[in-house]
Amino acid sequence: MIAYIIRRLFYAIPILIGVNLLTFLLFFVVNTPDDMARMQLGMKRVTPEAIAKWKAERGYDKPLVWNAEAPGLDKATDTILFDKSVRMFAFDFGRADDGRDIALEIRSRMGPSLAIAVPTFILGLFVTVSFALLLVFFRNTALDVGGVVLCVAAMSISGLFYIIGGQYLVSKVWNLVPISGYAGGLDAGRFLILPVLISVVGGIGSSARWYRTLFLEEINKDYVRTARAKGLSELAVLFRHVLKNAMIPILTGVVVVIPLLFMGSLLLESFFGIPGLGSYTIDAIGSQDFAVVRSMVFIGSVLYIAGLLLTDISYTLVDPRVRLN
Amino acid sequence: MDFKPVLLWSDILLWALVAGCVVLAVYCRSQDYLRRAWRRVGESAVAMASVTVLAGFVLVGMLDSLHYQPRLPAQDGRTAVQYAPEVLSALDALLAPLRLNREKTYSAPLATHGFAKETMERDGVQVRDFPRLHAGGAHLAEPSHYAADLCRRAATGAFGGLLVWVLLVGVVVGLIALAGRTRYGAACRAVWRPDPEGERPVAWRAALLTALVLCLLGGVAAGWAGGYHVFGTDKVGQDVLYLSLKSVRTALLIGTLTTLVTLPLAVALGLIAGLRGGWWDDAIQYVYTVLNSIPGVLLIAAMVLMMQVIIDTHPDWFETAAERADARLLALCFILGLTSWTGLCRLLRAETLKLRELDYVQAARAFGVGDARIMARHILPNLMHIVLISLVMDFSGLVLSEAVLSYIGIGVDTTMNSFGTLINAARLELSREPVVWWSLAAAFVLMLAMVLAANLFADAVRDAFDPRFQWRARRIHKRAAA
Repeated sequence: MIAYIIRRLFYAIPILIGVNLLTFLLFFVVNTPDDMARMQLGMKRVTPEAIAKWKAERGYDKPLVWNAEAPGLDKATDTILFDKSVRMFAFDFGRADDGRDIALEIRSRMGPSLAIAVPTFILGLFVTVSFALLLVFFRNTALDVGGVVLCVAAMSISGLFYIIGGQYLVSKVWNLVPISGYAGGLDAGRFLILPVLISVVGGIGSSARWYRTLFLEEINKDYVRTARAKGLSELAVLFRHVLKNAMIPILTGVVVVIPLLFMGSLLLESFFGIPGLGSYTIDAIGSQDFAVVRSMVFIGSVLYIAGLLLTDISYTLVDPRVRLN
Repeated sequence: MDFKPVLLWSDILLWALVAGCVVLAVYCRSQDYLRRAWRRVGESAVAMASVTVLAGFVLVGMLDSLHYQPRLPAQDGRTAVQYAPEVLSALDALLAPLRLNREKTYSAPLATHGFAKETMERDGVQVRDFPRLHAGGAHLAEPSHYAADLCRRAATGAFGGLLVWVLLVGVVVGLIALAGRTRYGAACRAVWRPDPEGERPVAWRAALLTALVLCLLGGVAAGWAGGYHVFGTDKVGQDVLYLSLKSVRTALLIGTLTTLVTLPLAVALGLIAGLRGGWWDDAIQYVYTVLNSIPGVLLIAAMVLMMQVIIDTHPDWFETAAERADARLLALCFILGLTSWTGLCRLLRAETLKLRELDYVQAARAFGVGDARIMARHILPNLMHIVLISLVMDFSGLVLSEAVLSYIGIGVDTTMNSFGTLINAARLELSREPVVWWSLAAAFVLMLAMVLAANLFADAVRDAFDPRFQWRARRIHKRAAA
């Protein structure tokens, strides 16, 4: 097991190098630092001195991949590629345009992001699985058909409407919770309850329908018939047999997102003014802070690869037939 | 000529896509198994109803893709013909009253008076009251005629819609009668009350009833739109109905043009990886694993930011604002395609690996048939159902993601009408007093209609083309018979 995990970690290295090269290409080769400086400083009346100063402030004034003028080993290390991309492997992201250290900022913003993402994830999984099981329990009845219709309708509504509508109804009309904002400690609950609720409701449609098909696929199998034949109640069949066996496909989709919970949610955080990583990313996109976007891309892919590894490990836990080799 | 036709790049691609669909339809008719699969789609009432709704949207989108520049009125001393800098479309020409009748600011749906009080002079005295609108109900001499006028317009509109529907029924039934070489009356009966003993019929009735609802709604809206703002007006007084109809084209383009990028990449790379194996397979797998491991929104954001830099540093590339917005839309489609081909590619690779080992492919190999020919003749036709299913399934997701991307600020150009920009402009309006709800409501209704229809249609296509689902459907059928 441990050998397998170590080997998988080694597999991750080329992929991370690929991600890193891709972002390097995107941010420094497709557009040269000169282009970026010109755009950020405004198109008209921009002097070469201003561009040079902008580049020097951010360390973009070095050669891209090979510094022929530098002495010794610095030929390879005193470049943009090394400074901006290779250093990311050590989680050293440099500074944002406002001068703050990105790594520090990320660390301080993870808390609020997790505070909203973890309850959403757990509650959402619980609600959708129970809803799907309910539909399967009442399969081939009007309740099932109605539920599926509801699911399809719910997944056809843009997430923006859930947020805008929920905020309007709960916060403005009923005045139950503050519209937006965030506070540390236990006080945060007041601010978190609405975004969590909204994203759980918004996510029910597509996942409940997907889980329902998974359950239905299992329920037609022979072992379920055997379980019924030996006199088990329908509920016991559903929970002890169907749910357990449908766990594998469900896990594929679910475990992979667990590490990504750190990234928070772009839309929810920006609508509710929660100072997490999601709103950090949105702000960076809005102010065209390329350094922050680049760092978020890298962190996102690290977390995703960690999620894939977790998925494989979780298979061994739920399915004894799977051996990791 | 009074106008100069303008071909935007997206227009060319859209019409090429329409032509491609027609060619595909003709090809499907000639292939027995494809015809039967499409017939299974047609047998589903839900699918036919949603196709009708989608057809309505496509009609609006196609009308909106015929662009032109109107000629400016002749000026003194200038002999050369001059064209206006703005690019209009056939839809703009049809909806000219909606486009031109602007108010000063917000006004509620079907309102006759403004949204906010203004100071005005009445009988020589300064009063603060709601002003009459420029266009909404301006033809009413007496505000008390309001209700009667609305009813009259709705009735005439509905009657017009009914006439259109009758015409449509005539055409459809006529075509069925021609195709089946039956008499017109018999075709009518077959459409309305199909023979319960025969094979399962195509659900024309559902399609025509949906068309009836659409015609009536459209007729009433058209009747009202002549004198009022059906969905009200937005902050700068533009008609919301006009804005939301213009958004339809953007949504359709994003949902369909993206596939033009996704398809060749996914199909070519998936087939090569599966069939060639070896280092081809390793390289392709590496590329899509890398792309896949970057969270989608972030990758799109990074690419769009770079695209913005390119567009902003080269303002001389585009002659008109419409061209720039159009280029941005195409670039967005391209980026969405680049980030979304990996899933389909992986599916196709896995399926090719299975097909590669089948006897007839081995036989072709033994005869010395080349890789390219094996792919085209023996593998690709057996993968088409996966391609088709994933295409129709992706459409609704793309339409929804456009709205989110535009909200984040990495979507279409801000001057371009789209559901995303409509929602983005309207999201703070719910906090006004009194509430301005109509822009959001219009975007909500149209988006829900489009995405819901697309989802239902996609389900029907999947059920008809996916062998696994057919197998299940047959078994359920057998059980019902027993």
